[in-house]
Amino acid sequence: MAGDKTVLVVGGGISGITAALEAAEAGCKAILVEKEPYLGGRVARMNKYFPKLCPPNCGLEINFRRLRKNPDVTVYTLATVESITGAPGAYTATIKISPRYVRDHTATSKCVEDCPAEIPNDFNYGMDKVHAVRLPYEMAYPMSLVADAQALKKVEGTAEYKAFVESCKAKGIELDLDAQPETIEVKASSVVWATGWRPYDPTKLDKLGFGTCANVITNVMMERLAAANGPTKGEIVRPSDGKKVNNVAFVQCAGSRDRNHLPYCSSICCLASLKQAVYVREYNPDARAHIFYIDLRAYGRFEFFYEKVREDENILFTKGKIVNITEDPKTKDVILEGEDILSGEKIRRTFDMAVLATGMQPNTSIEKIPAAGVSYDEFGFVISDQGIHATGVTKRPMDVGTCMQDATGAAVKALQDTVGR
Amino acid sequence: MDHKIGVYIDTGYGIGEALDIEALSAVATGEFKVAVCKAEPYWNEPEKLAIIRNDIANESLTAVIIAGPSPRVFQQEFSFGEVITERVNLREHVVWSHPANDEDTQMLAEDYLRMGIIKTSKYVDREPFMEETDKSILVIGGGVTGMTAALEAAKAGYQVYLVEKEPRLGGWANSFHKVFTGQPPYDEIKDSPIQEKIKAVNDHDKIKVFTGNRVFSISGAPGMFDVIIRPDGPWIEKLVKEQNEWLAAKKAKEAAGGEEAETPKTAEPAAAAEEEPPEEIDFAHETVRVGAIILAAGWRPEDVSNRKNLGYGQYPDVVTSVEFEEIATKGKISRPSDGKPVNSIAFVEAIDDEVKHPLQYASSVGSLVALKQAHYLRSTNPEGKAFIFYENMRTPGQYEKFYQTMQDDPGVFMSRGVPVAVGNGTAGLTVELKDTLLGEQMKIGVDMVVISTGMVPATKDSAILNLKYRQGPFLPENPYGFTDSHFICFPYETQRTGIYVAGCVRMPLDFQSCELDAAGAALKAIQCVELVAQGKAVHPRAGDQSYPELMITRCTQCKRCTEECPFGMYDEKPDGTPLPNPTRCRRCAICMGSCPERIISFRDHSVDMIGSMVKGMHVPDEYSEKPRVVVFVCENDAYPAVDMAGINRLQYSSFVRFIPLRCLGNINMVWIADALSKGIDGIMLIGCKYGDDYQCHFVKGSELAQYRMSKISETLQRLVLESERIEVHQLSIDEYHRIPEIVDAFMETLSGFDPNPYKGF
Repeated sequence: MAGDKTVLVVGGGISGITAALEAAEAGCKAILVEKEPYLGGRVARMNKYFPKLCPPNCGLEINFRRLRKNPDVTVYTLATVESITGAPGAYTATIKISPRYVRDHTATSKCVEDCPAEIPNDFNYGMDKVHAVRLPYEMAYPMSLVADAQALKKVEGTAEYKAFVESCKAKGIELDLDAQPETIEVKASSVVWATGWRPYDPTKLDKLGFGTCANVITNVMMERLAAANGPTKGEIVRPSDGKKVNNVAFVQCAGSRDRNHLPYCSSICCLASLKQAVYVREYNPDARAHIFYIDLRAYGRFEFFYEKVREDENILFTKGKIVNITEDPKTKDVILEGEDILSGEKIRRTFDMAVLATGMQPNTSIEKIPAAGVSYDEFGFVISDQGIHATGVTKRPMDVGTCMQDATGAAVKALQDTVGR
Repeated sequence: MDHKIGVYIDTGYGIGEALDIEALSAVATGEFKVAVCKAEPYWNEPEKLAIIRNDIANESLTAVIIAGPSPRVFQQEFSFGEVITERVNLREHVVWSHPANDEDTQMLAEDYLRMGIIKTSKYVDREPFMEETDKSILVIGGGVTGMTAALEAAKAGYQVYLVEKEPRLGGWANSFHKVFTGQPPYDEIKDSPIQEKIKAVNDHDKIKVFTGNRVFSISGAPGMFDVIIRPDGPWIEKLVKEQNEWLAAKKAKEAAGGEEAETPKTAEPAAAAEEEPPEEIDFAHETVRVGAIILAAGWRPEDVSNRKNLGYGQYPDVVTSVEFEEIATKGKISRPSDGKPVNSIAFVEAIDDEVKHPLQYASSVGSLVALKQAHYLRSTNPEGKAFIFYENMRTPGQYEKFYQTMQDDPGVFMSRGVPVAVGNGTAGLTVELKDTLLGEQMKIGVDMVVISTGMVPATKDSAILNLKYRQGPFLPENPYGFTDSHFICFPYETQRTGIYVAGCVRMPLDFQSCELDAAGAALKAIQCVELVAQGKAVHPRAGDQSYPELMITRCTQCKRCTEECPFGMYDEKPDGTPLPNPTRCRRCAICMGSCPERIISFRDHSVDMIGSMVKGMHVPDEYSEKPRVVVFVCENDAYPAVDMAGINRLQYSSFVRFIPLRCLGNINMVWIADALSKGIDGIMLIGCKYGDDYQCHFVKGSELAQYRMSKISETLQRLVLESERIEVHQLSIDEYHRIPEIVDAFMETLSGFDPNPYKGF
């Protein structure tokens, strides 16, 4: 039916991977374009999924296996789509592919531990440093090193660097700091846009202490902090002093449902905090978690999860909005202030650490689709449903399962573009 | 069959430095006399691949073994058309997790190579399962989801049969006054677009609509389902009764702990599929053949009559949110009791402490419906007052904007509040509430009360699919009461291959989400018919061409395969032997593990293959102090976890050998016996977490493995061996750091026992 028609999928997170694979398994060819050096997007950086508290890498691994097996999907990482012209049935896109600056045979970070330069680790939201040559994370797809040429150029003349280059050579790893980006042109019958989201910038929430209080972090950082391959190897400890977190606050709607920030509801943050409260308690049975919320939005079958979490008497709930966070300069404890909606009383409480449940902002609110005829709502979500098919959080805030449903649906639209035209 | 094998040992990655490559090569050339054996670094490079291709051509190789990095990398590079390609993991599983130039590491590498060669030699030639298939798609349910699914599939070029039990299409959306459009500015509600959709369906030449009809029965398998469509009638009640009885009998049996298959046939009236002459059909019907099925049967309102305190049924002005939609379609809202105009309405949730999950079916859309209906009142009566009481106001995503608009409306009063009682007041109804924002208790007088009702999936207590499957007429339910089987990661999976669930039958959803879900289900159905037509498996082993074959003459009719298959692949023949339906198969090989007679095998995966691998490893004698342990691991999660251990250079005992299985439920007891009688000192099984939140990609494989091992004591007693020699572990993919701990603790346990006395036999 579909012949060898091609679907261009932009964004290699869970939505994009799903769209590409579902289309390919239905008989299309797919080109999957991802700007990071690895696939998986935000999901690759998650510690657990709600409500099952299962590892996202489990599902990702199955998807990567589908990719490895399927010659009909071509993956470009470190790649961005610069322009798209044409219409359903006949698109032309230009893709810019940045170099990895290193060639290897599926090496790992352990192979390059003698790298003499370090850079902040984006994968862990800057919470630690990483060698300038590294595998983004151990399950990365593709399993290939990537290098930061800028950082390496700074040490290029040193003896350590020369020794490093030699040791790399012996392991079949070659550095090429002068590699140049290339631009390619591809033809496609259909385009699916799945560039996903970014966490809302917490520094914009100036009263909530991010950046000024050492022990205020965001929910996405919490995922890394709790992950076995995270900056602390899964130890849930305070950034200020590395002490085990015993009393943690979750601050819901940090930006979301706020007319000054993200006026919409990000849909998933309540559930994410429930999940994080559960794993903090699993990690440290003496710990307490306190969730400050406006409405606890555990929709559908997630209600079961909410109910289960409420059975834990060391997970506390207060219906109230936190408006101010400061820190005790001596202990670095965080002090939360706000109002308890039910009692009408003021909240002022001290915790070891506070987690801001920051919302999801669509990447298309900042980086528009380089094609004509795409329309957006006031928040930057894509609303047009003709032509380029937006999917996942490009359309609206969604949990992972819904993204997969939607991306599978995008694949049927893509398939339709390839027939009967 | 005899294969001509080429072995290519990769000496890159430190393998060449850590191992005695000459000795390793000697295993291939000496012990197994393979046709070609070469050692070079980085066989993935184009010029090296050319060498392999040359050898294939010049030496007529039928199989290639790459002994180097994990099979998780370079899968595309190392694929040589029809030539069998096997991978031996010398990198992650050997040199990265064991000391270099060590006798035990060398023995480990040699054993892995032996096992790889033996495995390869056990591949057999077998054609894929090809039969004439049909690519049409059946959609059950003509509401918004079913119609959307039908249209999406038809637009992609597929023939669709759409069955709707009501005399007209549209489902609930027909009676909805307004709906959310999901379009900016998000603060409006609009007329339901259902009429346009109905027209599009009726106009589409690839959609054949059966209104006023139900599915009477479905037999067959993906690519070849035979569906009997029958006009709605009293017959359906009989079927529901039969199926409820069947389910009750099944549950009673499970409660009695009877996994044994000796079930009286009478308990399975609707289920038994047998090779009998087809039943005489003495009623009006139509038969269609389809390749895949989309179940979009929708929902029905939850019965609120048991919430006596809310006055439903007692006061005519207490209505459900569904009934209120019909009232609202008439324009200005008037009271059902006396037709007087309504000036005030309380919207309450049917929360009931007695019900275990009071909001199980409601919470996705309940808040939105209340807001929408408050808007009906406000837009038709400027004096009207709407009181919305909720536990949590749930307006996800951009719907928040509608909530904000309603918050700005002075005629809408919203508060947290749990309804306690509804009574008759002087001018109308009184509603008593607790836990409100205005204090513990409050009481208000209103003209009407609208109770938010839950959406019960239509599959509950009903007969919709009516499958003629050995395992029963419907889709098994998950712990949440819905029928999808791979919650979170693969939302369209069910336990019946080729049957995909969409819309409110899967979970309560709004209009827009139903459309979204329907499109995805259409794709899955298309995928299924396309793959099956090529003789290939669907997810999660999409593209697999091998399928289980049974040496039926040796079958003892124990029925384990028919009962244990999570996907209902097997029906049953009159003589009690299994009747396989290969296109229903997901290739997990759980049946292969279930069979005590070892008669189920795949072309590329068989009882003999794994058993021979176990028997082929070298077991040093009991004086060598070199114990041997076999670890059967799930290839989906545990195997990659072992890779991760290697990638992180975690070190663990060199006495263990990992053997991947398609699922831990693939484990056959005979391999345990093979290992023990070979002199293997201990056996471990590592698979996925099971239970309500199972992580098994095949639903219950790891649980079945645990169950089978609990029955192993007999084998151990016969061999006079300690039961601690067998351990089963659950491991998530991200728990790779536990592997050294699990392995080493087991070695510690084994050190307390004498060596297995069967060594050398």
